[in-house]
Amino acid sequence: MASEKSIFLSVLNDTRSRSLIIQFLLLAGIVLGFSWIVENTITNLAAQNKSVGFGFLSQTAGFNIQTTLGTWMFDYEVGRSTYLDVYYIGIVNTFVVAFFGVLAATVIGFAFGIMRLSHNFVIRSFATVYVEVLRNIPLLLQMFFWYFAVLSALPDKRGKIEIIPDIIGINITGLYIPSAHPQDGFMATVIALIVAAVLTFFINRWARLRQQATGQIFPAFWVGAGLLVGLPLIVFLVTGRPLTWVIPEFLETGPILRRGYQDGGILVIPEMMAIWLALSLYTAAFIAEIVRAGIQAVNKGQTEASSALGLRRGPILRLVIIPQAMRIIIPPLTSQYLNLTKNSSLAVAIAYPELVSIFAGTALNQVGKEIEMIFMMMSVYLTFSIATAMFMNWFNARAKLVER
Amino acid sequence: MAQSQSQAQSQAQSQAQSGKSAYKGYVRTKDARVLAAPPSEAGLSGWLYHNIFESMSNFSSPAAAIGSLLMAVFTVLIAWFGISITWSLVDFAFISAVWSDPDGLKREACWTVDQGGQLPSGWHGACWPFVAAKMKFVMYGAYDNDQLWRVNVTGIIGIIALGWTMIETLPYRRLAGIFLLTAYPVLATFLLTGGNFDISYEDLVTVIVVGLALITAGRLSDRGFLGAFLAQISALFGVSGWLLIAYAVVAGLLGADAGLRHIPTNDWGGLLVTLVVAVTGIVAALPLGIVLALGRRSQMPIARILSTIFIEFWRGVPLITVLFMASVMLPLFLPEGVNFDNLLRALVGVMLFSAAYMAEVVRGGLQAIDSGQFEGADAVGLSYWQSMRLIILPQALTHVIPGIVNTFIGLFKDTTLVSIIGLFDLLGAMQAAINDVAWASPVQAHTGYLFIAALFFVFCFGMSRYSIYTENKLSRDRKH
Amino acid sequence: MKKLAYALAGLASIVFATNAMAMETLGQVKDRGHVQCGVSQGLPGFSNADDSGNWTGLDVDLCRAVAAAVFGDSEKVEFSPLSAKQRFTALSSGEIDILSRNTTWTMTRDTQLGLNFAGVNYYDGQGMMVPKSLGATSGLELDGANICTNTGTTTELNITDYFRANNMSFNLVAFEKADEVVSAYDAGRCDVYTTDRSGLAAQRGKLTNPDDHVVLPEVISKEPLGPVVRQGDDNWFNIVRWSLNATINAEELGVDSGNVDQMRNDDNPSLKRLLGTEGNFGEEIGISNDWAYNIIKQVGNYGESYEKHVGENTPLKLARGVNKLWKDGGILYAAPIR
Repeated sequence: MASEKSIFLSVLNDTRSRSLIIQFLLLAGIVLGFSWIVENTITNLAAQNKSVGFGFLSQTAGFNIQTTLGTWMFDYEVGRSTYLDVYYIGIVNTFVVAFFGVLAATVIGFAFGIMRLSHNFVIRSFATVYVEVLRNIPLLLQMFFWYFAVLSALPDKRGKIEIIPDIIGINITGLYIPSAHPQDGFMATVIALIVAAVLTFFINRWARLRQQATGQIFPAFWVGAGLLVGLPLIVFLVTGRPLTWVIPEFLETGPILRRGYQDGGILVIPEMMAIWLALSLYTAAFIAEIVRAGIQAVNKGQTEASSALGLRRGPILRLVIIPQAMRIIIPPLTSQYLNLTKNSSLAVAIAYPELVSIFAGTALNQVGKEIEMIFMMMSVYLTFSIATAMFMNWFNARAKLVER
Repeated sequence: MAQSQSQAQSQAQSQAQSGKSAYKGYVRTKDARVLAAPPSEAGLSGWLYHNIFESMSNFSSPAAAIGSLLMAVFTVLIAWFGISITWSLVDFAFISAVWSDPDGLKREACWTVDQGGQLPSGWHGACWPFVAAKMKFVMYGAYDNDQLWRVNVTGIIGIIALGWTMIETLPYRRLAGIFLLTAYPVLATFLLTGGNFDISYEDLVTVIVVGLALITAGRLSDRGFLGAFLAQISALFGVSGWLLIAYAVVAGLLGADAGLRHIPTNDWGGLLVTLVVAVTGIVAALPLGIVLALGRRSQMPIARILSTIFIEFWRGVPLITVLFMASVMLPLFLPEGVNFDNLLRALVGVMLFSAAYMAEVVRGGLQAIDSGQFEGADAVGLSYWQSMRLIILPQALTHVIPGIVNTFIGLFKDTTLVSIIGLFDLLGAMQAAINDVAWASPVQAHTGYLFIAALFFVFCFGMSRYSIYTENKLSRDRKH
Repeated sequence: MKKLAYALAGLASIVFATNAMAMETLGQVKDRGHVQCGVSQGLPGFSNADDSGNWTGLDVDLCRAVAAAVFGDSEKVEFSPLSAKQRFTALSSGEIDILSRNTTWTMTRDTQLGLNFAGVNYYDGQGMMVPKSLGATSGLELDGANICTNTGTTTELNITDYFRANNMSFNLVAFEKADEVVSAYDAGRCDVYTTDRSGLAAQRGKLTNPDDHVVLPEVISKEPLGPVVRQGDDNWFNIVRWSLNATINAEELGVDSGNVDQMRNDDNPSLKRLLGTEGNFGEEIGISNDWAYNIIKQVGNYGESYEKHVGENTPLKLARGVNKLWKDGGILYAAPIR
């Protein structure tokens, strides 16, 4: 009896078996909690006379969606397109604005980050005020501001500001850009572009290896750029320019509602411009701080040593400071990109048809499948975050190797 | 000066020659050009030179000259841009603004001649009487007018306790902090809601009896009276016993009738809701965040995986979808008949969301702690929880105070999203106020949003200054 | 032990939880001491919070009427502002007792969502507002228009149907909240602003120059707006339906909050039944017999509410139109109390 008890005790006293027991209890608790939630949900749905299922995705959607890249890609048409199309359109629109937002936020953020370290008082304080004001006001408010600022700055539907006369123009209904329509034989140009890209990759590699071995510098950047632009251009011209442009037409006369820009060409709606402005300017303020902190974290000795070598301020920044600062900058930068993508969901407030707005908003109101639709919406964001997290792990592992 | 330069050069020359005898270098035969004295560093002109003109005064080469000119143009552009924005803001908010509405005209006070008012055509300025009229609603929502003192008292106690905790020269700071995290939330809930919750006191007696029994059992088994097996989990008995007693005390208090009228959370609004959501979000998220951070760094794979999944899930989705979930799906998840009020539901969402962020902040603090601290704690024979409580967490949490403040700022700004699910927070209340036809004018929305933006700016900017201050102080302390 | 489990569950919810389904709604409401009423987040004339946060409007008056019927005190009501998305969940989860939030009565909602519409307190229809400068006099001239509206309701579907049926092209810009729609329309983003005609009237006052805009004559949909309750509690359903009917009947019989005391002594049998001096109508549904008297005394009849919140002397300036009594040429018709 006593020995049995001591075996029992020794199992309990052993840290490994104890941790197993604790983990088992934890898991059991979580599973129980989840099954409780699921059970409640089933009961509640039954009480509300609702069924669970994804059958609604093949129903046709009865509402109109603003013209965007998404509706263009999926050829949206009321009465024919389904809720699944609405879902895809939402995803495309979310990522379009996120992509351009990331580009702009990076450029603006780096510019302001460097401006904050400027020796010029005017520039430095302008950057400081920018960062402090934009960081400390809620994004939702800024979105309202930019939307109505954009709208009030543009001429009305029957007027226009021509950015490039007769080709690109803008008014309150959006920015009108010609669209390109490839003809037969355009494939050759695409192939040429791919070939140029592959060539550029190998030239870069060869140039790097040669520089490491001999110290000679090969202008790989310019050669690559020339190749990437030149080769497809030559092929394009040789094949007889198999691309037609549709230029948006502007009517000055006719019925009053029909005047202004006509369909055709690419339309960038003002909602998209506003949300893009708001997202990139807001995120840029955070990126500026990250960049400033990253640059300041580089040892001052590095700057002094570079000056001692006779480098000027520009090259010091470009060749010595920024490459080192990047290692510190990139992890928080990635999480800012992630934030920007998630924040694009606020577009719901200003009529930009992204995922939350048209799928979890308009479509959810018509179909009423909360569980399925919120699950579908969340999985998009989750997939994106997990992909970003994986990239971060890969980058951290790589950055570590460089460290000495 | 020229002489000493050439001396130094010849010295360097001789050194080079001694190292490499075959080397024949350049030897200066004439004095170098005498440079002008550097510009004054002192006074206004010195400051101006250093901070503005130095960057555009390099004309030593054509490239540098172009650079300097560009810099000058850029500086002028920026200055012009900054001044014109500031001016239009000042003009809207102060110079052109309507400040008072002595005749009680309401919307007509801010109408131009075109709309049938008094102001000149093309006028564009803030309509402050509108904000003044809506001030109570924007600050407190629909909270009963004669009960506003309760909100004010809660706020003042909070500010005093917070100030006490933050100012280093005061005594008993730790006590103030403990008060802020434990008694204050209960007090605030009691004052704001008015207590009078429907609490069954018979149940509470049961809870207290069970709690006392658990504590006693814990004590007894601590001394080995109840067998060695139970002694292993005696701490658990004690903790759960105390939790039950604390629950009974809190519930008993909230159920008490102190003569305060019960004010349902539907009537709360404005700044009150914004602060309640943000503060509760952070305070409630802290313990959960600590547990999650420890879980993520735990040796136990299941605990680690579960914590990681939890953290990454909430960090991976936008807050607005979390709030949708809390407001639309939470009622489905709970048993029939149990339902939270709208504010509490948003709080649950915000709390889970910020707990995930808090966990990452705390994890950062844990990672910053030297492994020697862990080993030392092990070496003196402390258990896991003891070493965490006594050695690791106090250090880790001090490290991450700036991170916590920054998370709070983020959350504070993000509370604006609760307006989308129908709570009247600062932004929601202002939007409701803007909805009022009695004040309808073209500048109504601009004025309202400007006011809210300024309010948020003051709060967030103040907090970020405090965060920077602690950060500097910490890095100063660390150097000793 | 079960008690303990309950107490622990309470730890999470700190007794905000109520036991909704366990009891019928009326008993619950009486226990709680007030009616919980779901309203909109702010629609002038229908449900809107004033400077001090008091709720007013036609939809709000209906809730007050129910409170007056149940408690004899129209102040015993609390309001939950709800978005279009939340409203039905809030009702079916028991968070609110009545939903009185300009909700359109449709078959899907009535049959598939576990809801019951207790009547109609405003007959509305979707309309279109355009700037006068467009020169449009009819909806059929709007081919190629940009249209602003708010999302989450039936308006998007109606306008899409209308344009498709008439073979006209259009572009829809849908916002989450009415405020943004108005501002965007005012800025010239759209040629047309479409929503319920009552909403158009309410929002028009916010435009820079309200007189530069006109509401087109077309009514492109039927929008019967009314109070909603949960399915499965007939008694509560009856209380809500007859509270509404009482206000309409009162107007028909010429009783208002001013003359109700003296009308109480009238010999007209219809009046006696309405005001509870004859018959047992209130007690049959679990409330006092002077329920309708309390409603009229404290809230007023339908006509009074209408004039006070949306009528000609309010900023909304809505004519009674189809919402006149049947005997005045409208379609407002309440079943008699007998």
